[in-house]
Amino acid sequence: MSSQPLIELTDVRFGYGERPVLDGFHLSVPKGQIVAVMGGSGGGKTSLLSLISGRNTAWSGEVNIDGHNMSGLSPKKLYALRSRMGMLFQFGALFTDMSVYDNIAFPYREKTDLPEPIIRDLVLMKLQAVGLRGAAHFMPHELSGGMARRVALARAIALDPMLMMYDEPFTGLDPISVGVVAQLIRKLNQTFGLTSIIVTHDLTESLRIADRVVIISQGKVYRDLSPQEVRESQDSFIRQFADGLPDGPVPFHHVARPYAEQLLSEL
Amino acid sequence: MMNVLDLIEGLGASITGSLKRLGLLARFFINLLRVIAPMLKRVDLHIKQIYFVGVRSLAITIVSGLFVGMVLAVQGYEVLQRFGSVESLGSLVALSLVRELGPVVAALLFAGRAGSAMTAEIGLMVATEQIAAMDMMAVNPMARVIAPRFVASIIALPILAMIFSTAGIIGSYMVGVELIGIDSGAFWSQMRVSVDFRVDVLNGLYKAIVFGIAVGLLSVFEGYYSAPTAEGVSSATTRTVVISSLTILVLDFVLTVLMFRGLN
Repeated sequence: MSSQPLIELTDVRFGYGERPVLDGFHLSVPKGQIVAVMGGSGGGKTSLLSLISGRNTAWSGEVNIDGHNMSGLSPKKLYALRSRMGMLFQFGALFTDMSVYDNIAFPYREKTDLPEPIIRDLVLMKLQAVGLRGAAHFMPHELSGGMARRVALARAIALDPMLMMYDEPFTGLDPISVGVVAQLIRKLNQTFGLTSIIVTHDLTESLRIADRVVIISQGKVYRDLSPQEVRESQDSFIRQFADGLPDGPVPFHHVARPYAEQLLSEL
Repeated sequence: MMNVLDLIEGLGASITGSLKRLGLLARFFINLLRVIAPMLKRVDLHIKQIYFVGVRSLAITIVSGLFVGMVLAVQGYEVLQRFGSVESLGSLVALSLVRELGPVVAALLFAGRAGSAMTAEIGLMVATEQIAAMDMMAVNPMARVIAPRFVASIIALPILAMIFSTAGIIGSYMVGVELIGIDSGAFWSQMRVSVDFRVDVLNGLYKAIVFGIAVGLLSVFEGYYSAPTAEGVSSATTRTVVISSLTILVLDFVLTVLMFRGLN
């Protein structure tokens, strides 16, 4: 295995409108790792995925994926690189007009010239990997949230990517489904030799499956720790995350005028 | 004083906003044209979309056509009777339908029935990240989702317009000949003499093709750029119907002047 990192962000600045969401951001992920990225809402986690996947371009700094600088890539080369990336969207983003089977067959039919019998076998193998071979004929609206997420996962790994990105994979799932999806992420990473980035709020699950936990705050990497270090950390910001405290370094109240002053003021 | 300035500022903002939107539409159209040709070999995708926008619009088109034809027969008979030329009813009805009402009314119905559905479908695909997911799979959504719907509109609308005109002529026959009692031979022969294939039928068809391009483009554009919320999709759908309808009527005027001015 080469020592060159698969993902490398150097001094990246990026945002929407005038406001930078990421500023002076550095991150390096070697091949084979699972990295959990955490941080408050609107803290730039999803922006990070959009930069890595090339859906947005950094204002300044460098985003290197597998040795390719994302900012200078032609659309054709970008698509070639993306064929080797998989992304699990927050709510699965399954094609609602296709069955589970057709959803997973979609990347094969669009990106390869494989004959239908081979596609069938590949689809069944991917479905078997996520435990849903029996649901092949279902339509997306017939699936529970957890099942939809697993089908989307099967679709995302269809073309055997080198890199998997997960956008809030545990959001809105029951505890059993959370466990199932988390174990799948771990298992797939090991079995297929992937590299994974998980953007999540769920610290408990992240600590169970990730090799590293990166915490973003104010557009920068605030801490880059191993799960063990997070558990033992006494840092108030990390403790607020780990223990789910409503108030702390991340305040409960949005910025506002003093309470008493506003109550006593005229309309 | 402040209010006047606000008013001017608001006016300026809405004008630059509209111009930006127009620029976006132009760029979208160019990108769309680039991906159409390679997609044409995917016949299955186009057939599916033609079914959705065309076949599913048949009922409303035929029923509307029948009634428009029936009304034309009653009104036309009433006026022609004053000049003692009721046997010209056939040519009156056929010319109005083939030249104007067929393409225009079929296009208005198409915008309401199929255009709004396309906008809502694409808008929801954007909102539920299906478009983004496709893009992430290195499948160009412009080619895979947008192009077949656009092409389907261009193919379906002219056919629907011809069906509308045919239904209208049948409707006027039912009322004019069967109910009012105009001579059937006069009705058909007058029509055959006065309707010219190239001038009337083909020009009507060209109009419908232009309307198909306009409605198809506006529908997919509004859906693609709709805000990813319930309100965003609903207002995009409304915009599709309103802007398409106005565009159809303006284009009809321009095309009519170009096609029929100075014919006689």
